[in-house]
Amino acid sequence: MSIAAKFEINYLQYLDPAGQLVGKEKDLPAFAKDLDHMVKLYKLMVSTRVFDTKSIALQRTGKLGTYASCLGHEAAHVGIGSAMKDEDVFAPSYREYGAQLYRGVQPREVYTYWGGDERGSDYQNEPARHDFAWSVPIATQCLHAAGSALAFKIRGEKRVAVCTVGDGGSSKGDFYGAINIAGAQKLPLVAVIVNNQWAISVPRSIQTGAETLAQKALAAGLPTIQVDGNDIIAVRKAMEDALDRARTGEGASVIEAVTYRLGDHTTADDARRYREKEEVEDARAKEPLKRLRTWLESKKAWDQKKEDAWLTECDEWMDNEVNAYLETKTQPVTAIFDYTFAELPEDLARQRAEVVALDSKEH
Amino acid sequence: MAQITLIEAVTQALAYEMAHDDSVVVLGEDVGVNGGVFRATQGLQEKFGPLRVLDTPLDEATIAGTTVGLAAQGMKAIAEAQFEGFIYPMMEQINCHAARMRNRTRGRLSVPAVFRAPWGGGIRAPEHHSEANEHLFTNVPGLRVVLPSSPARAYGLLLAAIRDPDPVVFLEPKRIYRQYKEEVPDDGEALPLDVCYVLRDGTDVTLVTWGAQVKECLEAADELAEDGISAEVIDVATLTPLDFDTIAESVAKTGRCVIVHEAPKTAGFGAEIAARLAEECLFDLLAPVHRVTGYDTHIPLFRLEMKYLPSVERIVEAANKTLAVS
Ligand SMILES: [Mg+2]
Repeated sequence: MSIAAKFEINYLQYLDPAGQLVGKEKDLPAFAKDLDHMVKLYKLMVSTRVFDTKSIALQRTGKLGTYASCLGHEAAHVGIGSAMKDEDVFAPSYREYGAQLYRGVQPREVYTYWGGDERGSDYQNEPARHDFAWSVPIATQCLHAAGSALAFKIRGEKRVAVCTVGDGGSSKGDFYGAINIAGAQKLPLVAVIVNNQWAISVPRSIQTGAETLAQKALAAGLPTIQVDGNDIIAVRKAMEDALDRARTGEGASVIEAVTYRLGDHTTADDARRYREKEEVEDARAKEPLKRLRTWLESKKAWDQKKEDAWLTECDEWMDNEVNAYLETKTQPVTAIFDYTFAELPEDLARQRAEVVALDSKEH
Repeated sequence: MAQITLIEAVTQALAYEMAHDDSVVVLGEDVGVNGGVFRATQGLQEKFGPLRVLDTPLDEATIAGTTVGLAAQGMKAIAEAQFEGFIYPMMEQINCHAARMRNRTRGRLSVPAVFRAPWGGGIRAPEHHSEANEHLFTNVPGLRVVLPSSPARAYGLLLAAIRDPDPVVFLEPKRIYRQYKEEVPDDGEALPLDVCYVLRDGTDVTLVTWGAQVKECLEAADELAEDGISAEVIDVATLTPLDFDTIAESVAKTGRCVIVHEAPKTAGFGAEIAARLAEECLFDLLAPVHRVTGYDTHIPLFRLEMKYLPSVERIVEAANKTLAVS
């Protein structure tokens, strides 16, 4: 027998859980040598966590519907969002707030959508305004990114489509379909598997027999890498490389960002039912904020005073966002109808008129 | 002017719109070099290149999801399902995303896409190649479901579907793809969506149908005419949003209605029309509404399929039943 093909999966990490550099200082990517920029990324990771804490508090006090926490994913999400250019397109699932906040989604919009109002998906700020909204059916968004990438290729635009999917989502056909067509057509796509070890109650160990999720890219003929998803330098570097390849016509890539879902799947879930406390505590020791802060402090780029000041600023920001959300009036009942089609069909206009009449009787 | 078949009218509409709008793209299995298994996309790849007429990997979900992505980012995407029996993997993307994107984002993003599929029985095909499943789409909000029944309507309605800012499921009755030719000027003139087409005026009974069954209904009307019965024939064409007014006006005139479709009877789209007639036109009716449909079974393999599909005989019999009540 001879060998038909041979593959290996590389692993990338710069900052270990203790905040120590794994390699040499000089080998850091350029963006990581810019400490102002690293501070900016750290600050967004912190504000994402403050936002997340606030969201859960809102839900627990009955002011928000079901919410999917992003606790522990901050490096992965901010790493993805910060590497993208404005003209690129992001197709998230439903917990990538760190990436979305970077791209201009406002916390009040997140609250509005998960607070039962479609207007939250009508992102007002660019570049998020041309991004996809949250996609609840698992992995379906990967194909929207592939289609966007195909549009860019047809129009000759130097833009890249980025999708995120979970460890569970990587089991779905839509994920494979997206990377497969991207491989076949050399589409400018970056597909990031944010492997947080859990798909609600199903652990990574029984999600697939594959040794890594990154290797799923090999079946689509794509370059792939596994990175420490709690190390923002590694995530960001892998993203930059993949985005560069896509932008210069070299096609799609896959990144597996290995992280851990420190919270419940959503506020409707209770993870204590299916996982051990010890596992969560072990994972907490490897969480992304602490290591970056330790490293920035060792570089004298950050300290407790700055931390306190930034936390205060974040609190004020989020309070302001929460207030804006809570003051949002419910849409008129006609909103049920008015976005179904570009123009309201006659038959639907009659149902609309019925509801309007009923509503005016009630008031 | 050339006489063309229904399938040639589909090709003519695709070619016209691709030539006049750079944002129009076609994608599906075998749509490129091979021109589609029914040749609907014949010659398009030569004219418009391999990216605008894209041979996709063999995965219907990929075709549908990629179509959603293309359309949401400014292209007018036309996806082909090779047969309606293979459209099921597309349904998650059609129902959960194409039909909902505008509503979900309050109009920020939309999906101006067409999902084309050869539809229905009667071509002696293998299993899964003969289904009538339009009713699986007619209660999906945000979707248009369109079925042409002649070369001219295939051309005009497909142009309208491509230009429509919302997603359209465009089901092509493959039994009449090559049944006859008619003159269809390639003038880029679309026909209106969301309206029924009254194909024959009549005063005694209304035959309501769509797709390939239009032919049987017209023949049934001919037979009824021999007995001095005047049947009005309505091609619904756009099932949803439904132009119920045209049907109601006809029934107000005739007082009798037979609904004909090849999909199974229970919860078929005929049930919706019958319910609307009961709700809104009961006092115009002189007789109970009848339905002539496929049975609540799977369409049989082809030795028996013509026994399953509504026949002229069954339609005439149903019309006579409504006329027996006075
Ligand atoms: Mg997961």
